[in-house]
Amino acid sequence: MALAPAAEPRRLGRLERAALQGVMVREVVNYSSFWRSSTFSSTVDPTIYLLAFGFGFGSLVSSVAGYSYIDFVGTGIVATTVLFSGAFPAMYSTFVKYEFQHTYDAILAAPVDTEELVTGEGLWIAARTGVYGCVPMLVAVAFGLDPSWGMLLVPFIAGLAGLGWAFFGIFIAAKSKAIESFSYWQSGLLTPMFLVAGTFFPIDRLPTWAQIAANVNPLYHCVELVRHAVFGFEGWADIGHLAFLITFALVAWRLAIKFMERKLIL
Amino acid sequence: MDSAIRLRGVVKRFGPITAVGGLDLDVPLGTCVGLLGPNGAGKSTTMKALTAQVIADEGELEVLGFRLPEDSKQARAAMGVVPQLDNLDVSLTVEQNLLVFAHLYRVPAAERKEAIDRALVTANLTGRREAKVDQLSGGMRRRLLITRALLHQPRLVLLDEPTVGLDPQVRQELWALIDRLRSEGVSILMSTHYIEEAERLCDNVTIMSHGKAVAVGAPSELIAEHAGPEALEVYGPPARLTEVEGIARSRGWRTRRTGTSVAILHANGGDPSLEGERRVTNLEDVFVLLTGEEIN
Repeated sequence: MALAPAAEPRRLGRLERAALQGVMVREVVNYSSFWRSSTFSSTVDPTIYLLAFGFGFGSLVSSVAGYSYIDFVGTGIVATTVLFSGAFPAMYSTFVKYEFQHTYDAILAAPVDTEELVTGEGLWIAARTGVYGCVPMLVAVAFGLDPSWGMLLVPFIAGLAGLGWAFFGIFIAAKSKAIESFSYWQSGLLTPMFLVAGTFFPIDRLPTWAQIAANVNPLYHCVELVRHAVFGFEGWADIGHLAFLITFALVAWRLAIKFMERKLIL
Repeated sequence: MDSAIRLRGVVKRFGPITAVGGLDLDVPLGTCVGLLGPNGAGKSTTMKALTAQVIADEGELEVLGFRLPEDSKQARAAMGVVPQLDNLDVSLTVEQNLLVFAHLYRVPAAERKEAIDRALVTANLTGRREAKVDQLSGGMRRRLLITRALLHQPRLVLLDEPTVGLDPQVRQELWALIDRLRSEGVSILMSTHYIEEAERLCDNVTIMSHGKAVAVGAPSELIAEHAGPEALEVYGPPARLTEVEGIARSRGWRTRRTGTSVAILHANGGDPSLEGERRVTNLEDVFVLLTGEEIN
């Protein structure tokens, strides 16, 4: 071929922008057709928890761990949203795209690798989670939570925690042979984590073993970080929470890629 | 580089099952090659290996001069893949499906609109631009699936059973589309178990059986070599057919049962005790003889 270039074309690298962009464009365009239901489930659920606990508990206790109860639960609720709009959509959408829509077959036949596929989908869910995470907090503002400048950091904290949960959700989907297996993960792991995260009640009154468990729960670190962003940071403790969330995201990222490769590349 | 695809000694095992057992396959640049074989012959595994969604245990694979699996991504950037299973995004419109793949196939931003318009024309879907995929007929969906793989003007196209499950009329529409691609100089590898499809569209065919290539060549050459110029089709009740097979066997002729008849191949001189219709042999005769499907 006369037109062939003299030099070998550049070898395509890992985590290319073009590939990530392609994966995310697919997500964004699809989102345009289901954003209503997605936004509804991701924000209404936590808002209901907020109102139920706010009115229910709020009438029994006036302050918790030094906060008024609306302040306590109005900030902690961000973590619940992160779980609802990070882990669950990642689990279900990954499984459906793999098992029923054969979407990944199509994407991997284009110049996209599994690593880019997983990363692109995780980043998109994280971006959504960052926005959704703030909705119940804004509802809490309407019920008496005082706005503060620190709230501007909350989307980023929710986005980081959401990134970890999105990758963890993809990992669960990759490990599951049938959608029924999700029940084990939901009831056995996610529900206990959701309750023992310091969202609705402080963890320092719990038995020691539960406190230890809470300390390895990424939701707990998200709750603490959000609360401190709104009411004042606590130095090294918050750097620790941040480090935990970053580590969680990195570990979940690699796990998701490893198990998706195992599922997609035979 | 004179081959679009070049496989040598490719082996792929799934546990105790050997899906592909030492396959050689060539697609010379600018030609259309058919990969024929009964179900389970290893066609789909071979197609998946070409996009590195299956990693071969042994052997050499080269696609558009790129070695697989290491440089598979470059190869994928220059080829288009039409899967057997429809994996369009059904809740999106025709245009949105194309837009997504214009991004995935890295069509530069300035050319995206033109690429989408061209794809709509190719698939004769210009009037359905805004239609959601779940409102399209089976034939339209398949045309969209094919044109989606052509957005980046690939030099090589893989078609995995492109017309499976479609009406004869729709199938012919797709044949016209594939034939046009071929005439534009695109290299094509098409897996199929519709013999007529391969006979009409392919310059060369590779017939696979049990994970290996059992015959390679132009359809006309394979027919001449394996089936002879004419076949004698003898009709009759089952007992008579069994008897006919016995006569043919005693003369060293090969036969195949086709439901209501026995086709005798290479029976050029004929036999006075056998009466039937003489017909031109076809690729199906070769296929059946070589893969053992339908043979008693």
